[in-house]
Amino acid sequence: MPQYPNRQFLDFEQPIKDLYEQIDQTKKLAEKNPKIDYSSTVQQLENSIIEKRREITTHLTRWQRVQMSRHPDRPYTHKYIEKMSTNFLELFGDRNVRDDKAMIGGFASLNGQTVMFIGQQKGINTKMRQMRNFGMANPEGYRKALRLMKLAEKFGKPIVTLIDTPGAFPGLEAEERGQGEAIARNIYEMIRLRVPVICCIIGEGASGGALGIGVGDKVLMMENTWYTVISPESCSSILWRSWEKKEVAAEQLRLTATDMKEFGLIDEIVPEPIGGAHWDYNEAAAILKTHIINALDEIKIIPPDERIEQRIIKFGKMGFWDEAD
Amino acid sequence: MKKEEDNFESDLSGEESQGNIASEARRKWYRRFRKGITTSTAEKKETPEGLWSKCPECNYICTTSELRENLFVCPKCNYHHRIGSDEYYEILFDNNEYQELFGNIRSKDFLGFTDLKPYQKRLDEIHANTDLKDSMRVAAGKVNDYELVVACMDFEFIGGSLGSVMGEKFSRAADYCLAHKLPFFVISKSGGARMMESAFSLMQLAKTSGKLSQLSDAKIPYISLLTDPTFGGISASFGMLGDLNIAEPGALIGFAGPRVIKETIKKDLPAGFQRSEFLLDHGFLDFIIDRKFLKEKITQVIMLFQH
Repeated sequence: MPQYPNRQFLDFEQPIKDLYEQIDQTKKLAEKNPKIDYSSTVQQLENSIIEKRREITTHLTRWQRVQMSRHPDRPYTHKYIEKMSTNFLELFGDRNVRDDKAMIGGFASLNGQTVMFIGQQKGINTKMRQMRNFGMANPEGYRKALRLMKLAEKFGKPIVTLIDTPGAFPGLEAEERGQGEAIARNIYEMIRLRVPVICCIIGEGASGGALGIGVGDKVLMMENTWYTVISPESCSSILWRSWEKKEVAAEQLRLTATDMKEFGLIDEIVPEPIGGAHWDYNEAAAILKTHIINALDEIKIIPPDERIEQRIIKFGKMGFWDEAD
Repeated sequence: MKKEEDNFESDLSGEESQGNIASEARRKWYRRFRKGITTSTAEKKETPEGLWSKCPECNYICTTSELRENLFVCPKCNYHHRIGSDEYYEILFDNNEYQELFGNIRSKDFLGFTDLKPYQKRLDEIHANTDLKDSMRVAAGKVNDYELVVACMDFEFIGGSLGSVMGEKFSRAADYCLAHKLPFFVISKSGGARMMESAFSLMQLAKTSGKLSQLSDAKIPYISLLTDPTFGGISASFGMLGDLNIAEPGALIGFAGPRVIKETIKKDLPAGFQRSEFLLDHGFLDFIIDRKFLKEKITQVIMLFQH
């Protein structure tokens, strides 16, 4: 986890940065005047940083939530797996075309129970971001995910997916290899899986790219994430014919965890550390772990056939319409 | 540019560009007084709508009735014009007899979504201007004496977009197939998910796939016909999940739209990219079927599954 001064700040996080700078200045003063005790001042400033973090995240606009979900210091899938579990055995490849670095997965021990973790992976620096294709999987990524899910199903291991993607990759080769079919197949197979499936949006949940590993018995969303049918930017460009309306689009799409919970489209909101997951990876992972374990405990006692039926019924209820007589 | 236009005009009147005085005078008498169109809109003479039809592919012009007789396929280049559920039902069902199902389900604006226009206003306008209730219609009827349930999209209705109503109609159609043990045939023509229904439209992908899972377990054949265009949420769900996936010739089918891909990879796309023939070559279609053979082919498929 990056520490100040290596931390990055979003525009609305600037007041926190200012406080850090004040601490720096105070510490410099303390060096110059060793006789004066500045520790209480530093302590006060540190407290106000935490207060500021809380204050900023209590009334974020929907667009700001989107920005939070993309925070450059935010933990990604691999980090959560590392912090939540032990014995992570990463598995590669779709057994067909190649290994998609944007989609990772493997067995791990979660609280003593073997589970299959699957999720999109974003890069932590420019080079890694390119290698991970910014978390945008190709068809082989979705087929790798499906292969791993089938493997877990065969051995009766629960599946936990961690979703963080700006969308499935819109590329020429992706189309040649059937991006649509790959996602469709995953959605179809996931609804039929005989093992418990928990899905959690840990960052961006963009459309089919997210849903391609997002069909489960319980769908969780972390506090500062978004999940909907299209990114606010693309929505703005299509419906408003301009890239400038992304804030309005985000408002109209109602894409935050709170919105999604209210609509009954997700099951739970997972709280984040004060100010967001990027402030404390350990705490963020610990909270998420508790939620996943609780959800697993709740659904693993249900017989497989019943679980599948409940899944179909749950998604079958989603939607709104008028019915005339 | 100006020079070229002048030359063009004089070419039209059969003049030499370096004209003498006589030709100068000759040029004057037809010269118009004012430039631009001066006829007022009220005086404008309209050609009756829908009498003639021009093929967007080869520019061949024929009468609409000729085109209709040819099942809206260009007689010259075999271009398949975009048609709606009415036309498909006429092509498929014996004597154009069918029973429309679940026609009472209508979209509503649950989210209060407003882009350049409120969603509810969009819906009201289409309801006022067309007979369509939503972007999908479901019908049951006989195809060469075989009973079949057909769900067909109408591109005219917000681009055939997949929203809650399409998801619900699809689900009920599947339930109807389950209850009556009938094969299910879906004709897709859609730009993808309906953005105005936000995440609700996304969840229709899972909702419809759940129903297909039940059809599979009951061993009920599900045939998916993809027509021009089929994109996004449809290709990422039931569009690509047929026991048979088939398409009309030359249809544009894909996950991401060509413009988005072009912007992403910053390269021109190869000719024929995302066309039916391209998908067949890459292994995503069972076959391509001309509209004029659609009915007999579907009959053959149902027959083979049943016997």
